[in-house]
Amino acid sequence: MTGLLSVWFFVSFGCGILWVEPLNAIRIGGFQLGFWFAQQGSIYVFVVLIFIYVWQMNKLDRKYDVDE
Amino acid sequence: MELQSWTYLFVGLSFALYIGIAIWSRVQTTRGFYVAGGDVSPLANGMATAADWMSAASFISMAGIISFSGRDGAYYLMGWTGGYVLLALLLAPYLRKFGQYTVPDFVGQRYYSKQARLVAVVCAIFVSFTYVAGQMRGVGVVFSRFLDVDIGNGVLIGMGIVFLYAVMGGMKGITYTQVAQYCVLIFAFLVPAIFISITMTGEILPQVGFGSTVLDASGADTGVYLLDKLDGLHQELGFAAYTAGKKSTIDVFFITAALMVGTAGLPHVIIRFFTVPRVRDARLSAGYALFFIALLYTTAPAVAAFARTNLIETVQNQPYPDMPEWFRNWENTGLLAWRDKNSDGRIQYAPGEAFGKIPGQTSLKLIRQGHLGNLGEPIFANPSGEGSNELYVDRDIMVLANPEIARLPNWVIALVAAGALAAALSTAAGLLLVISASISHDLLKNILMPKISEKQELLYARISAGVAVCIAGYFGINPPGFVAQVVAFAFGLAAASFFPAIVLGIFSKRMNRQGAVTGMVVGIVFTAAYIIYFKFINPDANNSAHWLFGISPEGIGTVGMLLNFGVSILIARFTDPPPAEVQKLVETIRVPRSV
Repeated sequence: MTGLLSVWFFVSFGCGILWVEPLNAIRIGGFQLGFWFAQQGSIYVFVVLIFIYVWQMNKLDRKYDVDE
Repeated sequence: MELQSWTYLFVGLSFALYIGIAIWSRVQTTRGFYVAGGDVSPLANGMATAADWMSAASFISMAGIISFSGRDGAYYLMGWTGGYVLLALLLAPYLRKFGQYTVPDFVGQRYYSKQARLVAVVCAIFVSFTYVAGQMRGVGVVFSRFLDVDIGNGVLIGMGIVFLYAVMGGMKGITYTQVAQYCVLIFAFLVPAIFISITMTGEILPQVGFGSTVLDASGADTGVYLLDKLDGLHQELGFAAYTAGKKSTIDVFFITAALMVGTAGLPHVIIRFFTVPRVRDARLSAGYALFFIALLYTTAPAVAAFARTNLIETVQNQPYPDMPEWFRNWENTGLLAWRDKNSDGRIQYAPGEAFGKIPGQTSLKLIRQGHLGNLGEPIFANPSGEGSNELYVDRDIMVLANPEIARLPNWVIALVAAGALAAALSTAAGLLLVISASISHDLLKNILMPKISEKQELLYARISAGVAVCIAGYFGINPPGFVAQVVAFAFGLAAASFFPAIVLGIFSKRMNRQGAVTGMVVGIVFTAAYIIYFKFINPDANNSAHWLFGISPEGIGTVGMLLNFGVSILIARFTDPPPAEVQKLVETIRVPRSV
């Protein structure tokens, strides 16, 4: 979970806000990368993060035999 | 068919659907009323949460705000989605295991204190009312523009519909109407976005079109990327580039954090997770909810860029009499206005304000006069603003006017009206339920009149939902001038009060009543004082030179939250640990299976 939260912090606060200017020097298609992270990329990553969490927690619950 | 007939058709059909669901889902128990009986499937709950969360602000205003603020608009996008990661990982599954009906329930029991519950109730009611007034207003705006009903009557119709399904069906009625409303609103948002993306860039997905090259009028590729073109247009007119940030990094950082944490702490979102049967369903439905929200939130910035480009190209330096019909229609609502400052009969769009405030106005509101100008344009009593800009565009019209600006067929435009209503009504209903549950369950049943029977409690729940609808409607018709200002309040307070209390309540066995209550009070008082000072007492000082560390009132909730965490932990260290049964409660909520 700490890992997932670090990724959460890294993409949104890191790529989308703190390092947006240096990342903007990189271009992918019509997007500057920092701008893309701020307005698109971070949201995709958030969705993926939650589903990874759901999958990992279900696995843990079964492992320790506490699932419903 | 005429635009208005299409609008009546779509709005009528969607309303009939909501009423049908209301009749089908009547409830007889408090459990049904507060948490829909607790047997909603995760997929349905995901959709309902998405509709609950995406309000008139997300549907109507957000793309408009981004359209006008460029890259800085990203803090809304990240803030309002990133909060779900916190919600899914830190809150939702544990609160579901706890298994009560409301957020104050958790705070009250975990901290074995009626005072803590009371603080939570007051915050929940305040946050919800702030929000709901804005929703009712959104309903009124849509009615007045598309159905020629005045704003007041529009609000009354909206109130009637919400009243019907919220009072009869409680959470169950609300949940299933929200599922229907999600389908309506996402369809209504995506269809015009896809249409516009195809016409402008030839790409079907707006998310891809956003980063593609634009087509010219004949459909041939111009080889220029949309965002580069928009940056160019901006610089030509004297604006900062669209993809450049204007706010300071620290401010954006704190605002984003406040919105994220505030989102995770909003009671109407949290209670949605009480409606699913199992803990794993709560986790999964948070995932579905964010997926459904992301569909709109990744499209919105694309819509913002399309709309901005289209708007500038349609109006810039064009003769006023050549303006299309939508321009006149929006002028009549007072949300779009033009003043020919240099008397050349053409529209010049530039940085700066076209109109200024009339002395005595706290925020800009255009006051229309009876006669028309030389070219037939409405005349306003407001003085001219500074600079050469001649066009006033209310950012709220960007999404609603976008399909018209892009010349899409009438049925698409009508669809947007139905979608905006779905977004506003679904959120209003969710909020009303929080208010009703806070009053009947937390205030009456658990604090003031613990002896009432379930039947009486249900009756009180229905009455308070009814009263709340009326108060919300009143604010919708007579909006207090401070609605916009208090939105910062709602998020700031949710961030500074609920979030730390709940997180510590789940993850720290040592956290006790003294720590949590002091923490909440410190967080709230600090945040509220900062916002009230800059928004009401001394609005002239509301600029970065006077802010604490350059953090605006919108972002101060983050500092309030950190203070709350710090104070809670400190106080809890030096006071007695919580009673044994509370420590046991904390252990049980961490394990999904009940023993």
